[in-house]
Amino acid sequence: MYNTYLIKYGEIGLKGSNRHVFEDALAKQIMRALRRISGEFSVRKERGRVYVNCAGDWDEEETVSALAHVFGIVGICPVYEFPAGSYEELEQHMLEYVAGEYAGSHASFKVKAKRVDKEFPKNSMEVSADLGGAILTHFPDMRVDVHNPEILFDVEIRDRTYIYSKVIPGPGGMPVGSNGSAMLCLSGGIDSPVAGWMIAKRGVTIDAVYFHAPPYTSDRAKEKVVDLAKKVAEYAGPIRLRVVNFTDIQLAIYDNCPHEELTIIMRRYMMRIAEHFAKKNGNLGIITGESIGQVASQTMQSLITTNAVCEMPVYRPLIGFDKSEIVEIAQKIGTYETSILPFEDCCTIFVAKHPVTKPIPEIIERSEGKLKGMIEELVAAAIDTAELIKVE
Amino acid sequence: MREIYLDNSATTKPSAEVIDIVVKTMTEDYGNPSSLHRKGLEAERYMREARAQIAGTLKAKESEIFFTSGGTESNNWAIIGAALAARRRGTHILTTWMEHPAVAEPVRFLEKMGFTCERIPVSKEGLPDLEALQGMLRKDTVLVSAMYVNNEIGSVSPVAKMAEMVHREAPDALFHVDAVQAYSKYRICPSKLGIDLLSASGHKFHGPKGTGFLYIREGARILPIIYGGGQQKGMRSGTDNVPGIAGMGLAAARAYENFDEKISSIRELRRRLEAGLRGLPGVVIHGPSEEELKAPHIVNAAFIGVGSEVLLHVLEESGIYISAGSACSTHKRAASPTLSAISAPPEETTSSVRFSLSEENTGEEIDTVLKTLREVLPRLRKYRAR
Repeated sequence: MYNTYLIKYGEIGLKGSNRHVFEDALAKQIMRALRRISGEFSVRKERGRVYVNCAGDWDEEETVSALAHVFGIVGICPVYEFPAGSYEELEQHMLEYVAGEYAGSHASFKVKAKRVDKEFPKNSMEVSADLGGAILTHFPDMRVDVHNPEILFDVEIRDRTYIYSKVIPGPGGMPVGSNGSAMLCLSGGIDSPVAGWMIAKRGVTIDAVYFHAPPYTSDRAKEKVVDLAKKVAEYAGPIRLRVVNFTDIQLAIYDNCPHEELTIIMRRYMMRIAEHFAKKNGNLGIITGESIGQVASQTMQSLITTNAVCEMPVYRPLIGFDKSEIVEIAQKIGTYETSILPFEDCCTIFVAKHPVTKPIPEIIERSEGKLKGMIEELVAAAIDTAELIKVE
Repeated sequence: MREIYLDNSATTKPSAEVIDIVVKTMTEDYGNPSSLHRKGLEAERYMREARAQIAGTLKAKESEIFFTSGGTESNNWAIIGAALAARRRGTHILTTWMEHPAVAEPVRFLEKMGFTCERIPVSKEGLPDLEALQGMLRKDTVLVSAMYVNNEIGSVSPVAKMAEMVHREAPDALFHVDAVQAYSKYRICPSKLGIDLLSASGHKFHGPKGTGFLYIREGARILPIIYGGGQQKGMRSGTDNVPGIAGMGLAAARAYENFDEKISSIRELRRRLEAGLRGLPGVVIHGPSEEELKAPHIVNAAFIGVGSEVLLHVLEESGIYISAGSACSTHKRAASPTLSAISAPPEETTSSVRFSLSEENTGEEIDTVLKTLREVLPRLRKYRAR
């Protein structure tokens, strides 16, 4: 039985002198993920390796699942770990390991030993060959294949000795906290939680803003968005979610602007408010779930028009994705079931039958001009009354 | 802000007395009625008392009352239990097009299991078509299930006439009545009316949620659908929900005290609300026009051009709680069963709400609601998808 996981990470290894920043962030995120489950855990960083030690009332499945939510982890390897000793002791451990994990197996295998401790009497090649021979003798149904083995036994001889052969895939990416923060425009739909997840996967800390329009949207719709933020937070860590009451702005646009421009103008105000909070938070960008051409407000012309009101970069990780591809990720990360709950969101309530699909920024600006003198106050009020929810 | 609760067909507020007895049976007399010791006997007394209280309101025998977890279980049991008991004599079942899902769904289940199920059409006013019923009844009809008071629009079915017809044309059939919205609003004597099975739900008359009962006429044969420890004469297994049952029994007894006075005052409030609504532009009231065919406590109205859910939330902001007849327009959810059954047009199904009253409401509250509606409707009509 093992009680250690070797954590394989990919890109962090490439970060040169910043490496410790990434490793620290990874260790922090691992501990955050493990705090939520039962057991006592510690993270050990050792010569370019990260180990998780498990003690107390811990459960394998739960622990692996928690680790699989930590960006930066490429592989999770259950490791059989014991004090360094003689070659004979190592062989004994190796045989016990194979008996425990692969009893009755007919698989092909290869042993890949790595001797870091140069005091050890045999070198890496010799250890590999001798252990392979020992396995063959005791498990005659298994066979060696050095080119395409079904099982690869990794053996590392350091101050302690480690054996592992299984790699459970992690989510990849980079640990959250290693790459700045951004403001996610979160709706109740399928796309925006996925967009947030994708950017968080690059090590970015996520904050979020949601626009609701009571009484046209219900408190249940808001609950749904909080639930979605929670799902994203399982990967991304705590999210500061701002809930902005958008009703009065929406009605002012309805009263004063051409109806077919309602959605696009609305989105411009949403972007402005999102940027306001992003600056306040110290975020370095805005994230949206837009994808080219998905709806009228996401044509390239519409994207230029909404983009024009922001100084900050707007990250649109789904820009080239088809709906079915987005749905696939949403299902994988567990947001889909919540996203499809049928509550009205504020983008659809007054939607025009034939909204503009090729808005021209100058014309939209002229329409917005009609809001002058009143909209500033409404926007300020929306910002002032925004509710801040800490989602963990 | 004062709360005006007009969603009494969804649930009612339990009375203080009911809460007290529930607390008492959870703190002091918490025994299991099946236990042989004193604690068990104490608990059993509450059950007997509740059974007597409910039987009294129906002029029924105590042995004809069975406790359930609510209206849904009572309906499922009546329908599935009756169908299973009769399956060798016949497999023909009748119900109406406007039933609550707690009736419509078990009937659909039986249909999938091979029973022949037909649905009686209903009029624009929400009343079952008696001529159609006459024509649809067969010698091998084993069950007819119909609601007494419609939960959405408050129309009152002629259950006595239906019962007579059922027993004349289909002597083997049992007549089940879903009285979830009628019990506590009408004096119901099943034996006189020719009702074999009758469902009710405790939380609709100031009792606790998770309680209900099924009246089973002595001699009417239905099978249990819940098997286990053999409680309630083997008809409904499961440890008895003593707190709920005690609370429901008391609530039932209270519901029929000062009955005429109480019902006429609720009816008066309903008429006041309805008259006020008729005075507003763009309002369509659903249900029968004759007062005798209307339940005392339900008004269903369509506010043309205003989404049901939007109106609901606007009134909520003023502390007024109602129910949306049918959900939001843009997701095109299906119209509710009753509004479909009475063929209400889409502009009505998307804008219908239900007000449902209890004796705790006041005329002043009704006036506040009407005043609020007069204020908010013009604004709501101005802003809409177009």
